[in-house]
Amino acid sequence: MQISFTLNGKPTTVDVEPFMLATELLREHLGLTGTHIGCDTSQCGACVVHVDGASVKSCTLLAPMLDGISLLTVEGLQGPKGSNLLHPMQEAFREHHGLQCGFCTPGMLMTAVALAAGKPSLSETEVRHGLEGNICRCTGYQNIVNAVIAGAAAMHVAAET
Amino acid sequence: MSNVIGIGASPKRKEDQRFLTGRGNYVSDIKRPGMTAGVFVRSPHGHAVLRGIDKTAALAAPGVVAVLTGEDVATDGLGSLPCGWGISGKDGQPMKEPPFPMLAQGKVRFVGDMVAFVIAETPEQASVAAELLEVDYEPLPSVTGVLDAVAPGAPQLFDDVPSNICCDWELGNKAAVETAFRKAAHVAKLSLVNNRLIGNPMEPRAAIAEYEPGTGRYTLWTTSQFPHVVRFLMSALVLKIPEHKVRVVAPDVGGGFGVKQFHYGEEAVITWAAKRVMRPIKWVASRSEGYLSDRHGRDHVTEAELALDETGKFLALRVNTLANIGGYLSTFGPNIPTNLYAPLLGGVYTTPAIYCNVKVVFTNTVPVDAYRGAGRPEATFVVERLVDVAAAEMGIDRVAIRRRNMIPKEAYPYQTPVLVEYDSGDPVGCLDGALIAGDVENFGERKAASARKGKFRGLGFSTYVEACGLAPSRFAGRLGARGGLYESATVRVHPAGQVTVLIGTHSHGQGHETTFAQIVCEKLGVPFENVDIVFGDTDRVQFGMGTYGSRSLVVGGAALSKAADKVILKGKKIAAHLLEAGEQDIQFEAGKFSVAGTDRNKTIEEIAVAAYVPHNYPLEVLEPGLEEQAYYDPINFTYPGGCHIAEVEVDPETGTVTLVGYTAVDDVGTVINPMIVEGQLHGGIVQGVGQALYENAVYDETSGQLLSGSLMDYCLPRADHMPTMSISTHATLCTHTPMGVKGCGEVGTIGSPAAVINAVVDALAHLGVTHVDMPATSNRIWRLIQNASVPIAAE
Repeated sequence: MQISFTLNGKPTTVDVEPFMLATELLREHLGLTGTHIGCDTSQCGACVVHVDGASVKSCTLLAPMLDGISLLTVEGLQGPKGSNLLHPMQEAFREHHGLQCGFCTPGMLMTAVALAAGKPSLSETEVRHGLEGNICRCTGYQNIVNAVIAGAAAMHVAAET
Repeated sequence: MSNVIGIGASPKRKEDQRFLTGRGNYVSDIKRPGMTAGVFVRSPHGHAVLRGIDKTAALAAPGVVAVLTGEDVATDGLGSLPCGWGISGKDGQPMKEPPFPMLAQGKVRFVGDMVAFVIAETPEQASVAAELLEVDYEPLPSVTGVLDAVAPGAPQLFDDVPSNICCDWELGNKAAVETAFRKAAHVAKLSLVNNRLIGNPMEPRAAIAEYEPGTGRYTLWTTSQFPHVVRFLMSALVLKIPEHKVRVVAPDVGGGFGVKQFHYGEEAVITWAAKRVMRPIKWVASRSEGYLSDRHGRDHVTEAELALDETGKFLALRVNTLANIGGYLSTFGPNIPTNLYAPLLGGVYTTPAIYCNVKVVFTNTVPVDAYRGAGRPEATFVVERLVDVAAAEMGIDRVAIRRRNMIPKEAYPYQTPVLVEYDSGDPVGCLDGALIAGDVENFGERKAASARKGKFRGLGFSTYVEACGLAPSRFAGRLGARGGLYESATVRVHPAGQVTVLIGTHSHGQGHETTFAQIVCEKLGVPFENVDIVFGDTDRVQFGMGTYGSRSLVVGGAALSKAADKVILKGKKIAAHLLEAGEQDIQFEAGKFSVAGTDRNKTIEEIAVAAYVPHNYPLEVLEPGLEEQAYYDPINFTYPGGCHIAEVEVDPETGTVTLVGYTAVDDVGTVINPMIVEGQLHGGIVQGVGQALYENAVYDETSGQLLSGSLMDYCLPRADHMPTMSISTHATLCTHTPMGVKGCGEVGTIGSPAAVINAVVDALAHLGVTHVDMPATSNRIWRLIQNASVPIAAE
């Protein structure tokens, strides 16, 4: 079946099988391997993407469900328009050493960006709670938490300027 | 010279750009033309006779390319998976070493044991065909726990391994220990379990294999911590193909923690199969498959006794451990509960006599091998729990008894009674630092505040030492290692002055692209952005032993430093010629070769140009080019150590333990990049906290089924399980590594389990609780509280 959706800002039309997972469509057919698969029970969060602005574990979506929506993956994160800079949340992760092996990082970033939407000032408790669905095995979370708090603030500064 | 970032700086990591933008290149991201998909069929039984496999239906399924079984392996005359470490028992006899076939032959010995490999056009078709494979099993009784496995009448895994004992091993002076125990004023005893863990790197294991008929070469992309070792073991010992016909690539690897440092059967099977089907094959494990096939860690049952004099001085330590090794011997399996465990039982103390007996036991479980810390967390847990038990029984303060027995800083180098000699350390300094950083002085107030909320608060200490940077080859050889443990590095200065380093270690999160570049910057004075670190590809890198045992910086970094020194030495010869000076008069500093006492100099870039464009060059005495290689074999382990303090709050209503504070003061020697070291410590500590509070691999004792077989029922720590940790370092310099560095990757995992459990026991001590086995889950703690010998009201 044919579906049409917006992928990282670009209109996209593809043929999909009825039971194809969104992760498979992205990784195998659209060549966007930034979205990672870390488990088979929707526990790890490495595959989080944004569906119409909300963070969703893409392993819970069938490809046909993407029809008509706006999908953002880690490849679609970007800094201020016209710049080659990273998104403020990506920059905050780099600045605060919020990643080690990098495998959980795309999912962490997508969760963090959604968490920060409309909230320039996130508390540590809010962030730790908000990251419950994303497992990182390398960092011990402390630097991720610092990064998300800083990234949230930076996103809103960027939005205002 | 711009942007020279040397030792002690925290530049942002070179590797982050690609990981942050989704441009990492992990094995599962790679595609090859004509690629097929492979699925492993795994035993659903813990123990069974494999009576036969009928491939007919599977072969007839849509898209199937081939179905391979143990019979095909035998027909092709392939070897079994090698064990890299052979130990000997106390009777001098070598360990029992039954074959570990890459696909099961005759019998299966754990749930997950590989029975067949199904190759099809797509992963879905391979999965469907795998379901159609008819495997005729005759189930046998399983045994999964070590106590059951050595009991009379237990099911036996191998006909020639009586009582399932692979090796009955010992270390230390038994007679001296017995004498000391006879003189002791007090003997503290403890029985404990060190729970079985599953490493769970976030990237599941994966492999792609390809065979090129034109050249006869194989390429294997694999999620490995040591590609050269995989190439050697697989080509020479398993598949028996020439090593130069095999390229092994470990690209970006999403975490390892030891779990990806073994040569796995999947790697051998897929490489062999790629030639059989003459097409590339890809296999990516599911997380659940990882639970059944990634090597597990820990799993000890231990009885330990500490003899003390009337003042609380330690006189002797006696430890008897049953170590579960699983269904077969994995790459380093037998080394972990023996050579990496018993020599650390000295801890940071002056205990004069130690004896340890370890029975390494086969069971119907996933093979057990190294997991972050590997042997050393188990040793620390025994010692640090036992010290607390002794202190409580003798009425001595827990800090005082530690301080009284610690090796004083001035006593280093310190020879322990169990093989190892610590070159440097300062346990008292670490302890003092942690007492202040953890605000131990005011713990009483915090405990009272918790009590007012109806909660029990506890404080726990763990002072530890680690032996890492594995290891002097000669020493390892005496202990049964079947390989050397050196490292290699090539420093290639390009004609335009940029530098590429080819190094034999791997990086799977540790940030070596940054740390090693800093070393090059510091040594050669070149800009940080002009240095690239290459690893993980046997076609590019000369040789290497990979990354595990916190060896990358201490052994690999030493090789790199040595190679850079050779570059400088050659540069001086070139500079002497160009500057028309004596070689002995040439100095090198901050990227410049200069004639001592003059302003005449040449930059390293100018030297590089001269080396590659040798128009004016001492060709009669020196070869062109500026590329040097070094191999470094360490002269000792390095011995990081430290003091960790955990603070917990227990809710007596639910038994839930909440970690409310964590302080660590670690001695990791010279810190090259403080940001990266802190990140390693954070991650290590949380993995140890996971063992203490949440993680446990549980088997059904009779069927051998793994009950904790997914992330749904094996609890990993999440962000909201952890408090903010207080981390600092207290360095004594390693006396034998070039920069004074010690390892840092595992210390957190070694120090933390004992600290957390000591805190939990402290919180419950008023109820008469003297020990808690890991993990201290709500259920376990709630039961302990319900069955407490002292009523809760006694508080």
